[in-house]
Amino acid sequence: MADAMTSNAASAPAKTLLLPGDPRPPDLHVDVRTQELQINMGPQHPSTHGVLRVAIWVDGEIVTRAEPDIGYLHRCAEKIGESVSCIQYVPYTDRYDYLAAMNNNLGYCLAVEKVAEVEVPEKAQYVRTVAVELNRIASHLMAVGTYGLDLGAFTPFFYAFREREEILRLLEWICGARLTYNFIRIGGVMRDMPAGWAADVRKFLDVFEERLDEFNDLLTHNHIFVGRTANVGVIPPDMAIRYGLTGPNLRGSGLRYDLRREQPYLLYDRFQFDVPVGTGLKGQVGDCWDRYWVRVLEMRECVRIIRQALDQMPATGEIMAKNVRHLAFKSKPGEGYFGIENPRGELGYYLISDGGANSYRSRIRAPSFCSLSILESMLPGTMLADAVAIIGSIDIVLGEVDR
Amino acid sequence: MDTLVPWLTGAFEWATSSAFTFSVIVAILAVVGFVSIWAMFAVWLERKASADFQVRIGPNRVGGRFGLLQTLADGLKLAFKEDLIPGAADKLLFALAPAVAFCGAFAAFAALPFSPAISAVDLNLGVFFIVAVSAIGVIGVLMAGWSSNNKWSLYGAMREAAQLISYEIPSALALMVPILVTGSLNLKEIVAFQCLPSDGTLDKEGLFYWSNSGWLAFYSPWTFVAFVIYYVASLAECKRAPFDLPEAESELVSGFHTEYSGMRFSFFFLEEYAMMFVVSAIAALVFLGGWQPLPFVSLNLPTSGFLGFGANLFYAGVFLAKAVFLVWVQIWVRWTVPRMRVDQVMVMGYKYLIPVSLVALLMMALYEHWDVRYLPGLF
Repeated sequence: MADAMTSNAASAPAKTLLLPGDPRPPDLHVDVRTQELQINMGPQHPSTHGVLRVAIWVDGEIVTRAEPDIGYLHRCAEKIGESVSCIQYVPYTDRYDYLAAMNNNLGYCLAVEKVAEVEVPEKAQYVRTVAVELNRIASHLMAVGTYGLDLGAFTPFFYAFREREEILRLLEWICGARLTYNFIRIGGVMRDMPAGWAADVRKFLDVFEERLDEFNDLLTHNHIFVGRTANVGVIPPDMAIRYGLTGPNLRGSGLRYDLRREQPYLLYDRFQFDVPVGTGLKGQVGDCWDRYWVRVLEMRECVRIIRQALDQMPATGEIMAKNVRHLAFKSKPGEGYFGIENPRGELGYYLISDGGANSYRSRIRAPSFCSLSILESMLPGTMLADAVAIIGSIDIVLGEVDR
Repeated sequence: MDTLVPWLTGAFEWATSSAFTFSVIVAILAVVGFVSIWAMFAVWLERKASADFQVRIGPNRVGGRFGLLQTLADGLKLAFKEDLIPGAADKLLFALAPAVAFCGAFAAFAALPFSPAISAVDLNLGVFFIVAVSAIGVIGVLMAGWSSNNKWSLYGAMREAAQLISYEIPSALALMVPILVTGSLNLKEIVAFQCLPSDGTLDKEGLFYWSNSGWLAFYSPWTFVAFVIYYVASLAECKRAPFDLPEAESELVSGFHTEYSGMRFSFFFLEEYAMMFVVSAIAALVFLGGWQPLPFVSLNLPTSGFLGFGANLFYAGVFLAKAVFLVWVQIWVRWTVPRMRVDQVMVMGYKYLIPVSLVALLMMALYEHWDVRYLPGLF
């Protein structure tokens, strides 16, 4: 009998399925054999925020391995940049991060303006600032609203959407589109602010600040919400830098880095605003709650910036630079990189011009793409429900990841 | 006029020799009818309430301004949908699962008394019966998850099994506390205990009198603790938020009913709303005085004769109002809080609810032994 047992054990050694970090000795023989299960999360899954597929290997409820699989939304965006002129390319930039189209416009226009050496009038810069910051609020509202949805809280989503709807109304008023604006053009903006628009923006900001408090009461400080997000998905600062995280994901880890402050573009050096960072208020620095909280605080800073921009804005002025139309036919040879602070992090455009109408190479540095790359090392060891919480907390837009 | 089956048996005796069988069929139809109408109403209530919470309007086209017939329209749509069974599914189990899941909730309705005289059957083991049959639902859910041959469904089913088995314990323990006080498992007797007059006379005259115990939730601190624990555990048993892990749509797509569509899906839906009513009805009957409208004062209407018919309807109305209110609280909770994680749900069940319910049971036993209700030495 004893021989039989030993021979059995020799022919099929008991497979130990201890997870990394399990305190039990690694040579422990586990009697009940369990098997890893591979499940396919996405591309049609409610909480992958678009068409992301994550292949997940699970042991019970615990994720042992995760492989993000991207490319379902690839639209050859960079190649299109080589086949149309830079003026024609602006509407395409709307489609990458479709939740922050205004910021995408801005990044591309600033990059072209840098390469082509175009001076933008002051009034246009203020209008750009207001539009971009409103769009940032809308984008963050979407992020925090859908984050609640990922964690099973439906109602905050609608509260966030109520405010976002108001912003979309304002942006529709100024440029005629609710999502893909194409409002910021090379050399300035499409048109000046309509009469009464600024007053409506101020009215919205007043209401919005109160409603943000309401939102915090409903979701941010909710006991269950904190329990689901605090100490979950902690990204230490060195890891955040290693993976090239930017934006709220980086600041959630406690690093005060904001391109609006570090390399001021537009007129950001004229405004007073704080750069909120994660402090580990409910758990550890760099957990999901911190990243979420940084977004909420940033919305308040956006409100401050918009108020100042509206106050400082000259009543009249040019909104378009002179002599940009030639860019439809030819431009100066040269190259340049311009990075701006998108709601999701550093959005960079690297353009090479050979003197023709089209850019020789247009490379996009998408913040969501870098954020997504961290999933593979974040997910193992977490629970399935935490995986959803982590994917939601890094706030990716797949249109930008795949481009 | 005692309960539906004997009453009907008596009523139909002159007409048919198998009056009992006939009246059982009628009683079953009555219960099915009530469950269907209730589910329609509850879905409508959930839609309207969630719309109110979410600054929306909700259904407002089908069936007048308030969209009362929206659920009926949706039910018709579900009925006409293709009966789809995935190719890789275990067809027999897949087809059987919704029926099994629904059976438990449906059987529980049979034992619910709506007023002193309105109930399908009068069971001496009412509480025990309902707790037992409502647990059948988990078998249906397990069957659904397993037979779907879908990993997300399997996850949902396993979560459901773990969660339901864990939360049956605190909910049953919490129900033991009022049973300890009343000494009966019969739901009607438990309600009758809550309207016993304070001076102990049995055939009390007069429309109103002070009740001896009042509603059991306020009978002693421990019954109140038991009420809260029962309510929380019942949320978990109905798979309602924040315990809606088995169907957590942001994690498991749709959980155990991912592969279901059409009428089979609607049966799972029906089961959920039926269970919501059953657990709320038990809470109302056992802890909140059943059909008694006031907490410490008993209303003493005659329940026999022609007037008794009206009195029974009034009592049933009061009972339904309480049950619907408790369902509404479930809806309120669902649309307010996020979902808990699976380990948090288990921690809450095993580390908090079970120990506290055990303490409540023990303390209630001691209080009964000492013959005190609120604080030893004071009351």
